[in-house]
Amino acid sequence: MINIVKVKSITFGFLSPKMIKDMAAVKIEQPELYDPDGYPIDGGLCDLNLGIVDPGLRCRTCGGTIGQCLGHFGYLELTKPVIHPMYGKKIFMLLRATCRSCSRILVTEEETKKMKGNPLVELHKKSKKACPHCGEKQKEITFQKPTAFIENKIELTSEEIRQRLEKIPDSDVELMKIKGGRPEWFILTILPVPPVTVRPSITLETGERSEDDLTHKLVDVVRINERLKKNLELGAPDFIIADIWELLQYHISTLMNNEITTLPPARHRSGRALKTLVQRLSKKDGRFRGNLSGKRVNFSARSVISPDPCISINEVGVPIDIAKEITIPVIVNKNNIDELKKFILNGTKTYPGANYVLRPDDVRKKITEENKKDISEEIAIGYIIERHMINGDIVIMNRQPSLHRMSMMAHKVRVMPYKTFRINLCVTIPYNADFDGDEMNMHLPQTEEAQAEAEMLMLAEKHVMSPRYGSPIIACKQDHITGCYLLTKSGIKFTKKETAEILAPLGLEPDEKDVYTGKEIFSMILPKDLNIQFKSSVCRGCAKCDLEECQHDEYVVIKDGKLKKGVIDENALGEKKGVLINSIEKEYGPEGIKKFMDNVSRLSLEVITRNGFSISIDDSDISEKSKAKIKNIVDEYEDNVNSIIKDYYAGKIKKISGLEPEGYVENRILQMGGETSNKVCEIIEGSLKYNSSVIMAITGARGSFVNLTQVCGFIGQESIEGERIKRGFTGRTLSHFKRDNIGLEARGFVKNGYKIGLEPIQFFFDAMNSRENLMDKSLHTRHSGYMERRLVNALQDLKVEYDGTVRDSKKFIIQFAAGEDMIDPAKSDNGILNIEKALGDKS
Amino acid sequence: MISKKIMSDFDNYCKKNKIDGNEKEKKLNLLKKLINKYYYEPGEAIGIIAAQSISEPATQMTMRSYTLASQSDRLSKVTQGLPRLIEIFDARKTFEKNMMIYLMKEYNTKEAAKDIAMKIKETKIGDVIASDSMDLINMCIELESESEKYKEKIKFLIGKYIKDTEVSIKGSKIIVKPKDEEARNLRKIRSKLLKIQVDGIKGIENVIILKEGDDWIIQTSGTNLKKVLRMDGVDISRTRTNDLYQIYEVLGIEAARNTILYEAKNTLDEQGLDVDVRHLMLLADMMTIDGDIKAIGRYGVSGKKSSVLARANFEETKRHLINASFYGETDHLSGIIENVLIGQITPVGTGMVELAVDMEKMKSSKKKE
Repeated sequence: MINIVKVKSITFGFLSPKMIKDMAAVKIEQPELYDPDGYPIDGGLCDLNLGIVDPGLRCRTCGGTIGQCLGHFGYLELTKPVIHPMYGKKIFMLLRATCRSCSRILVTEEETKKMKGNPLVELHKKSKKACPHCGEKQKEITFQKPTAFIENKIELTSEEIRQRLEKIPDSDVELMKIKGGRPEWFILTILPVPPVTVRPSITLETGERSEDDLTHKLVDVVRINERLKKNLELGAPDFIIADIWELLQYHISTLMNNEITTLPPARHRSGRALKTLVQRLSKKDGRFRGNLSGKRVNFSARSVISPDPCISINEVGVPIDIAKEITIPVIVNKNNIDELKKFILNGTKTYPGANYVLRPDDVRKKITEENKKDISEEIAIGYIIERHMINGDIVIMNRQPSLHRMSMMAHKVRVMPYKTFRINLCVTIPYNADFDGDEMNMHLPQTEEAQAEAEMLMLAEKHVMSPRYGSPIIACKQDHITGCYLLTKSGIKFTKKETAEILAPLGLEPDEKDVYTGKEIFSMILPKDLNIQFKSSVCRGCAKCDLEECQHDEYVVIKDGKLKKGVIDENALGEKKGVLINSIEKEYGPEGIKKFMDNVSRLSLEVITRNGFSISIDDSDISEKSKAKIKNIVDEYEDNVNSIIKDYYAGKIKKISGLEPEGYVENRILQMGGETSNKVCEIIEGSLKYNSSVIMAITGARGSFVNLTQVCGFIGQESIEGERIKRGFTGRTLSHFKRDNIGLEARGFVKNGYKIGLEPIQFFFDAMNSRENLMDKSLHTRHSGYMERRLVNALQDLKVEYDGTVRDSKKFIIQFAAGEDMIDPAKSDNGILNIEKALGDKS
Repeated sequence: MISKKIMSDFDNYCKKNKIDGNEKEKKLNLLKKLINKYYYEPGEAIGIIAAQSISEPATQMTMRSYTLASQSDRLSKVTQGLPRLIEIFDARKTFEKNMMIYLMKEYNTKEAAKDIAMKIKETKIGDVIASDSMDLINMCIELESESEKYKEKIKFLIGKYIKDTEVSIKGSKIIVKPKDEEARNLRKIRSKLLKIQVDGIKGIENVIILKEGDDWIIQTSGTNLKKVLRMDGVDISRTRTNDLYQIYEVLGIEAARNTILYEAKNTLDEQGLDVDVRHLMLLADMMTIDGDIKAIGRYGVSGKKSSVLARANFEETKRHLINASFYGETDHLSGIIENVLIGQITPVGTGMVELAVDMEKMKSSKKKE
């Protein structure tokens, strides 16, 4: 067994030269990597003591092979000390805060006690002229990014700085709250050389070796270091030494960070900037965000999704090819050994088979056609078999962008032919999926613990209620709603034979009766003791609601699981509304709602398939009388606008309540335009015949009367940035108009509907409007994406504790009662606790 | 423990169904038992849920909503939708500010509203003079006063705010003569003096009077809560501004917290997006928990976290790691992302509990079987 150790805390600090030497396996002295035979040179940057990346070799330090040996550090002795580029600012602060002669901190102890913040920072803000300890006068020091410090116009050498920092007494270091180590360690005398495993070289097809960016950089450092050494030995003139030292400083600076603003980035031969240490950590693809908080995983699959109303909301149809590829480890025990033997005998190609066997001594064997018989005889209790995915396994489905937790839900596997994932239509809402080529990812949890947790917490039916607003988010859509409406509206009757056919997909049967109403059929899928009353979507909103006595069959009454009155539509089944789904979920739990949703989707689609449902162009026919009415309204609007514009040109409109005349005119026109649209919409609502388009609009299945108005009435004002269209040419939108024409047509008013068809100019304005919407959508996704990241980052540590408080990771109380009343919105009715319902259960 | 709101709902329920006395006591006990079903479960990652509940609908927001519905005659363009939401969460100091000033009963007429509105609006010298000209021969600026009302005041104000000048009144003209006779200087003074405030309240750039229900409301662009609240006739309890910092200064942190909540909820509601207030409350609480307003993001909440790894993971990885090493910081791995980075179980939900088995008891119970 592997002993799992829990990391309790991590303390940060910086390395001392001694620590670097101690942890190093080898001293690096050679700038060359390989000898002419391609074998690593001892003391070079690919020394075998640093670990290995090539197969077949063994690490000289630990003797491990690839995978076993994680690599070892080396060290490079620098000929002259070099300033650590990341700590430039800190060194500067230290130099300013300490005396240039005695290196004591420039304040007395009493003074530090009075200081509010860290004396290091305070002294940086306001430096002292003289040292309180030895009386030495301080000189002005300036800092030239990233590594130059200038005192009285003379650049301090790294040795001088190191000497000064060395002299700072430990007590003063503590005063400045530096706890990571001694300050002189910021001046590097020894450079740690990262193991080769951190910078593996790639062997190209041609047999050529391509080294990592870091190796390239390190080669530079070693080479310059050697040159400096030689020059020093030869006793070269000072300015040459200084030049080489500066070059060494540059190479070490860019080795640490290749994006220092004042330094030109070190480049690859191809001209690409090298990716060095800091670049490896930061940004989206860096170690933190790219490899630690998000990882690539095994046991996952991705495919196109397609709809299947016949599978349950908590199921997913998995293509057989995927099921054969993705395995699940099962430990052999006395109960399952016979079953698992069958899997092994099936091999990897026959479904359901197994792909690998893991012996208790950790040896992994691939099952092949040849060895499957032997393996099936070999296995005993304690072996682990990696068998194919089978029906009933728990997988996690995910569709990006994963904006909320319902974007990842657990489903039960159902292996199916063909190559797409099949999902129930009701779960498209939380995933925000459609079937125009959308793809989804699937993950198979590998441990028993993970599978159990996914099943208990993540199963689709446990996420029917959205925590965002406390209403169903797994709900019916489009044809489900139309289907239910067509089934439950009054006067629908079916013979026994028809009923049997409709109920067949649900696995239900009609009883003794010969004729069934639609409502009776629907009642068969309701839980037996459900009682609920509510208004339906088709409700026309009479002045005085008769409730149960509704004349138009628009008030739903369900008594003892029987639909007595009313039609089932969006208010009963839709997303966010879904009163029926809501109460079934509350009273019968995830199990009950799953059964109901499965039945509803099958039933409604069966009904709509039998019934047939299509729209045609004459759905949007309206009477001549209504047409005349609409024309009148539009004409009236045009007249009003013309008179306002006339007044405006005549200068009759003055500055009104803080608005400039132009603004006032625009506002008035827009306002009247809105009113006109509403009026026309009302007329059309009244004059359209009862047909498929209207059914969809009133039941809330799809579309609205605004859409129908745009088809058979008029489109109205096209707008850009919330204003009438005004851009284009100087003073006009198109060359068809006169300059400064602010009339309706010239500013994007479209008085034709889609059915009549648009004129070229109108079409152009319509396209402008559509394009703005399109651009808006694609441009603002990144803003909202970043906002999500920030919000999640700010709030991620908050959780509800056992005492009901909300606390962060420091156990700091954010709220004394979660959400002020402890009510979980996901368990509430639209955010409210319904006392009657809460008590109703048992009283 | 049952919250006040639920208690009052319960009382209403009892009243409606005529339950009292012993019966009510019984019901209350039942409610206390049953209500646990509706409560948050311990370990719920309430923060992440809140964050997702706010930002998921944000992806559906349009920058500017389609104008088919009638627009009320708004004075200034009020930022709405996603940009406004981001403004609130950023706790920005500069944005399109505005106020809604409600009036006391006695002043709730169009005339009184107009009167107050006129008093509030910031007027500068440039707004009350008919014309101004520079006399380069005499080296002075001549202001043609529009009315008698402000003449003396202008003279006084110029003398007060612009140093080294002589101000005199000649008929309808105000003459400003600087001591330093240089054309460049003259131009500077001119632009400076036109911006001097003569009347009204600083910051209130424009006013408009609206009728909302029975109330006459003064809507302003630009805001100055402190001074407006001191005006006669202003209803202190209902007047509001959208500037978080002014609310914070004048009314305190709790009021600022409520403003964040109100503004965020309003922006979401305007777009027809339904988000439970509890999520926004948590966010507002988080932004104001320290007693001052902190933004969501690297300079606010996220930048002040105790965990080095959490900060390094979010933004500015380099800076946080360098600082942590310098001061020898310790990360106690008590948050979520730290444990994700390390590869350990996160301390939320099912990861919050640890189970230990008492082996002795296990053995003895096995024997019994």
